[in-house]
Amino acid sequence: MGAMIKLVNLHKSFGKQKVLDGLNLDIEEEKTTVIIGRSGGGKSVLLKHIIGLLRPEQGQILIDGTDITKLNDRALNEIRKKFGMLFQEAALFDSMNVGENVAFPLREHTTMKEKEIRETVADRLRSVGLTGVEEKMPSELSGGMRKRVGLARAIAMRPRIVLFDEPTTGLDPIMTEAINRLIIETQKNLNLTCIVISHDIRSIFDIGHRIAMLYEGKIIENGTPDELQGSQNPVTRQFLAGSIEGPIRIM
Amino acid sequence: MNRFSGALDRLGRTVLVGVEEIGKIILLFVSVLTWMFRPPFKLRNIFKQMEFVGVKSIFVVVLTGTFTGMVMALQGYHGFRMFSAESLVGGTVALGMTRELGPVLTSLMVTARAGSAMAAELGTMRVTEQIDALSVMAANPVKHLIVPRVIAGVLMTPLLTVVSDFTGILGGYFVGVHILGINSGIFIKNITRLVDLNDIYNGLAKAACFGLILSLVGCYKGFNTYGGAEGVGRATTEAVVLASIAILISDYFLTAIMF
Repeated sequence: MGAMIKLVNLHKSFGKQKVLDGLNLDIEEEKTTVIIGRSGGGKSVLLKHIIGLLRPEQGQILIDGTDITKLNDRALNEIRKKFGMLFQEAALFDSMNVGENVAFPLREHTTMKEKEIRETVADRLRSVGLTGVEEKMPSELSGGMRKRVGLARAIAMRPRIVLFDEPTTGLDPIMTEAINRLIIETQKNLNLTCIVISHDIRSIFDIGHRIAMLYEGKIIENGTPDELQGSQNPVTRQFLAGSIEGPIRIM
Repeated sequence: MNRFSGALDRLGRTVLVGVEEIGKIILLFVSVLTWMFRPPFKLRNIFKQMEFVGVKSIFVVVLTGTFTGMVMALQGYHGFRMFSAESLVGGTVALGMTRELGPVLTSLMVTARAGSAMAAELGTMRVTEQIDALSVMAANPVKHLIVPRVIAGVLMTPLLTVVSDFTGILGGYFVGVHILGINSGIFIKNITRLVDLNDIYNGLAKAACFGLILSLVGCYKGFNTYGGAEGVGRATTEAVVLASIAILISDYFLTAIMF
């Protein structure tokens, strides 16, 4: 089992604030890796590095052996076609209806006929548990439905890697469970490499094959859910227990 | 001494920020130019923006154009009457509208209507990660979002200026002939005598430049929004203020070069 994504010694700061401080992480192919850590601790920044929205000051990001930090826009876009991403608030284009949103990458990068596109869109929507919503506008959808549509759009091009930016934040417990199940099923059915950012402790043990703990700009622990639960690292223990006492300072 | 150096420090920083901003807008313009000529051309997006910038601005442009022409006729009449040259009112209204007020007022109205909307829409797309979503799907945001808006700005502002010129002269005619009692033949004769076709052309060229400025500034401010709803509000305000100032300042230099 090789590492499909390899992050080597990443450094990134915004002004005086160091967000990534020599971060190393290997993401295994066709597995779900959950990255946990505090709010505002650089998890989203890390995700944006993996897909090339941000560039590190130092370090390498290897996708299938290619270092994307050195690529120009055109080459980077070729790499990005391997990816799908579900944003925190789904980031659906609100000037387009649901069908057009899911069809967007297909229209952009394929020469499919209109009929094929419509069938593909319906198929992708069905795989996230939605039917007959193509004509709806994003503003008419609930939070959970927006995420489903966002996921349908992310997998429209059948990518190999899907990134999830806090997929369950802001959802009620039932919808959280439904989205978690959707992530597990999608990952299994499409043999995806998934990277999920979360601080929802209940979810991470359900969906993650591997769990990595981000703390002060570094990955301090990376293992299976069982390994993490038996961790002796005081930071990990405090985070998983949700305790105020411990090495993590609140303020 | 300390206070003095503090003020100097602030002044220097303001100048640096301003220069940096102008540089970034020019870089955005270069990027727009390179993407503009690269197929596929998103005609649907371009027409949608042209409708928004152009067609939907006609009403305000007609209104401002008409009343500007009317007030110019009124003011000009009182001035010219002092040396019995009331017949010149028509020519002055037409000259003022075509050379100056048509392009400038139209651009300011389009800035307020469409430039602000560009900043607000792109700003909202930025803070809700829709622009990131475009990049992630390997679709260039400049090509998708900014190129259609800039094309619409450059093409539609001159066309709206034509409307403004025409309704301004019409408004001037109405006040001059029907309210102030100037002979209509003389009114029209003076327009054709004083106004050259070049006056109109140059006015339209200026309008195209202003259209470029207002769309570029609106898109730049929106595209670089940060900080949630407050950020969108700030971007919108800054876009309108900066574009309006830039239009008025560049108007002087364009006029100095053209006429």
